[in-house]
Amino acid sequence: MSQAFLYALVGMGLFTLGLYALIIHVHILRKILAVNVMGSGVFLVLVALAARGQNTQPDPVPHAMVITGIVVAVSATALALSLMLKVNAATGRPELSDSE
Amino acid sequence: MIKPVAKQILFRLPLQVLLLTLLTGLCYAVMSVPSGVSGLGERVAQNLKTSGVENPVTAVLINFRGYDTLLEMGVLLLALLGVWSLGDAPEGRDTRPGPVLDSLTRLLVPILILVAGYLLWVGAHAPGGAFQAGSMLGAAGVLLFLSGWRLGERYLRLTLRVMLVTGLGVFVVVGTVPLLVGRLFLEYPAPFAGALILLIETAATLSIGVALTALFLGGRQAAGPDK
Amino acid sequence: MEALTLLSWMFDSLLGLGLLWLAWWTLSSPDLFKAIVLFISFGLLMALAWVRLNAPDVALAEATIGAGLTGALLLAALARLDPKHETRTTHEIETKSDVHD
Repeated sequence: MSQAFLYALVGMGLFTLGLYALIIHVHILRKILAVNVMGSGVFLVLVALAARGQNTQPDPVPHAMVITGIVVAVSATALALSLMLKVNAATGRPELSDSE
Repeated sequence: MIKPVAKQILFRLPLQVLLLTLLTGLCYAVMSVPSGVSGLGERVAQNLKTSGVENPVTAVLINFRGYDTLLEMGVLLLALLGVWSLGDAPEGRDTRPGPVLDSLTRLLVPILILVAGYLLWVGAHAPGGAFQAGSMLGAAGVLLFLSGWRLGERYLRLTLRVMLVTGLGVFVVVGTVPLLVGRLFLEYPAPFAGALILLIETAATLSIGVALTALFLGGRQAAGPDK
Repeated sequence: MEALTLLSWMFDSLLGLGLLWLAWWTLSSPDLFKAIVLFISFGLLMALAWVRLNAPDVALAEATIGAGLTGALLLAALARLDPKHETRTTHEIETKSDVHD
């Protein structure tokens, strides 16, 4: 097992941590943080699986996909933060809770 | 008092067990990935000479999988459209920056622009490229905005929108021209591929920088009367 | 060569543990400002992980966009969310409405 698999396992752990925090928390900003952590975990798995070969250069296609993914993640985060501010202005609290 | 706590435990414990099962399943899936396959790395290495650049990641981003990058710049503009449609920017406080922020901004913004130009140029044969350079320009824009600099009124309309659309527009135009000559969409002719990639990356850098700064501002700038 | 691979294994496992621990701390910190700052440092550690995985382009993109710009966006949104947020300790705001019940 090379070091790349270690990073892939860390990526899976980050994904699960982010998913747990996404379900548990009610505050929208924390949900956005959790989704970003999940995204980072997935990117770790992609790049770790691309760096598997010990002697050859890493596969550049997942690198390009992860760079694309980072830019898409920041766009989605910006839009989600804008929506959170609108929810806050409309209901007074930036929360998504089931009780109302 | 007991009931909400019991409800929490009733909800959280199965969730944690479920997620732990998910985690073990995912780890097993990752570990059982076949280890002899190298993916598309060899094919990229073989075709790198015809792509016009020497950095494999740039070649994949702009040439081999250029369609993904085109759509990604569309996604960036779409997010900006969404943020703009949700309302005007919040009132920026017109405070003078403190001495530290002021002098740091004056020092850092030219360096950021220089580093952005360098990353754009060196992206052809070393790590770098359009997105890294564009995000440097975006950081420069955020710094300028935070230290009280505001764009003049007459730039907020056409110039801003033109700069935002240029990246995607140049990409689409460069991709469509081969269609008129008889080739496929986004198939750059081999002798011009390097120059075309540089052209696309330059427009993309400018566009990404302006888009990231506009995303930070969080809404349309308060403007004067409509034209 | 044995010492070098052992050292690289130790560095990688420390980096991986640091990533997991920072993520846990970010997602469970009661103060939102602290959580965002921890998220920015999490992004910078991720940039280190990309360098270790032979992905320097991704490291550059993550350090500027993932850590820097996302952190700036989050801090700006936090400031617009609750104007009194920077001065008040958030323990009483967050803990009673934070958990799902």
